[in-house]
Amino acid sequence: MTNVTFIAHDGTETTIDIANGDNVMRAALANDIDGIVGECGGSMMCATCHCYVDDAWADRVGPRADGEEDMLESAACEVKPTSRLSCQIRIEPELDGLVVHLPESQT
Amino acid sequence: MTGVVVIGAGQGGFQLAASLRQEGYEGPVTLIGDEPGRPYQRPPLSKAYLKDGRVNAIELRPESFFDRNAITLMASERVIRIDRNAKAIETLGGVAIAYDHLVLATGARNFVPPIRGLDGRGVFGLRTAEDACRLRDALARGSRRPIVIGGGFIGLEFAAVAAAGGHEATVVEAAERLMARALSPAMSQRFLDYHTKSGTRLVRGAAVTEILRDQAGDVVGARLADGEVIDGDMVLVAAGIRPNVELAEQAGLTVANGIVVDGFMRTSDPDISALGDCAAFPDPSSGRSIRLESVQAATDHARTIARRLTGKPHAYEAVPWFWSDQGPLKLQIAGLGVGADEDHAIEKEDGRKLVFRFKLGKLLALETINAAAEHMAARQLLKSPTKVKFDELAQCGFDIGGLAKARKVQT
Repeated sequence: MTNVTFIAHDGTETTIDIANGDNVMRAALANDIDGIVGECGGSMMCATCHCYVDDAWADRVGPRADGEEDMLESAACEVKPTSRLSCQIRIEPELDGLVVHLPESQT
Repeated sequence: MTGVVVIGAGQGGFQLAASLRQEGYEGPVTLIGDEPGRPYQRPPLSKAYLKDGRVNAIELRPESFFDRNAITLMASERVIRIDRNAKAIETLGGVAIAYDHLVLATGARNFVPPIRGLDGRGVFGLRTAEDACRLRDALARGSRRPIVIGGGFIGLEFAAVAAAGGHEATVVEAAERLMARALSPAMSQRFLDYHTKSGTRLVRGAAVTEILRDQAGDVVGARLADGEVIDGDMVLVAAGIRPNVELAEQAGLTVANGIVVDGFMRTSDPDISALGDCAAFPDPSSGRSIRLESVQAATDHARTIARRLTGKPHAYEAVPWFWSDQGPLKLQIAGLGVGADEDHAIEKEDGRKLVFRFKLGKLLALETINAAAEHMAARQLLKSPTKVKFDELAQCGFDIGGLAKARKVQT
């Protein structure tokens, strides 16, 4: 299990344990984290699981997936260099302690 | 205060409940579904879930979400009557619930074609999580040669999963081409090539008239209208769906290919709305009454209703989009291609494919394979009241991404 902390737009922090191999969007929904919608279920068909990877983690999380950049263009909030679709971040032990920030809105 | 009652706990019904809270609605919200458990996503049932069967990977939200948002979920409960005068519904379990506003998110059910021998074991549908579990079990128990009735999205997504698992599926489709209702001929052909190459047999322009069984009652094949017999040891019926309109009909609401709603998703009774698979709504781009079977329609309908019920009415205006994953092919459709009089297909060396669909020289829809950027560009362009013209696209070499960017700069 790997610890991931979500920081909501209002500053609320929630830390959850995620099984390795699971993706961040799925884990957020399963743990009732507000601020992630994941409307398409992780098919990269929407941009409602948009998150900002904390600067300290940006490099370790790796680059965006094929096509992810294009989907991000339809995100409801500002897209920054650290923007990711959380459905495309797969949890591995090396990501223990990962911090992601959530945008104000997803739709 | 009796609140909002939602009949149907699929993705649309769930989204309505969630959106009501998000929009600040403070009254009671009751979500009634006839399936057991919490609301879940259906699209993965014919894709990932068919392979891994992980329930927690398809559930929309955990129990705490419903508690936290004061959404009363009544599972395994069927509504049998709407009393519009009393503004109340009645369930099979004998519970009566009053409503201020009622939302019909009753969805659809699988169409079962009149085929002899269809009753009995070894015949499956694929709409609910339970259906998917049964189907997965049948495949795991050693069924080798599934027969699929219907070459639409569900049948073909299943065929792709079956082929990947080493099963030899035969798909029988009544039309001359695959996914004919939704796709251009060029795109149908691309999928025909793919499935053929994966070892799936595709019989087009044919109808199954009888399921053949041995003395023990096990499926051994199917007979086609022309007499041909196809070998097989199980049957998946994927011949389309029918909207669940009976409750609305009995309540005297207007029904025509679905529960008829206006541009604000109101039925003929202003205290009742309808959404998703069961709703016939005016297409924002053509004005025609249409019914869409998609996650996008269900969730965008839900948001339209939630905003209206919280005093922020605006007409439904979303651009339709769809997707299907079949093996390595990720199909995405932006817009509605119905009525297209001209198609322009582009095949890239890397296997990506785009089909632009036009009517009277204006872009109706874009179908893409493994081309998310172009799909998103089309969604953005189709949203604009300024239609995209064939000539405009031809001039830029059908670089729709470039066109979308250029237009963005102008505005």
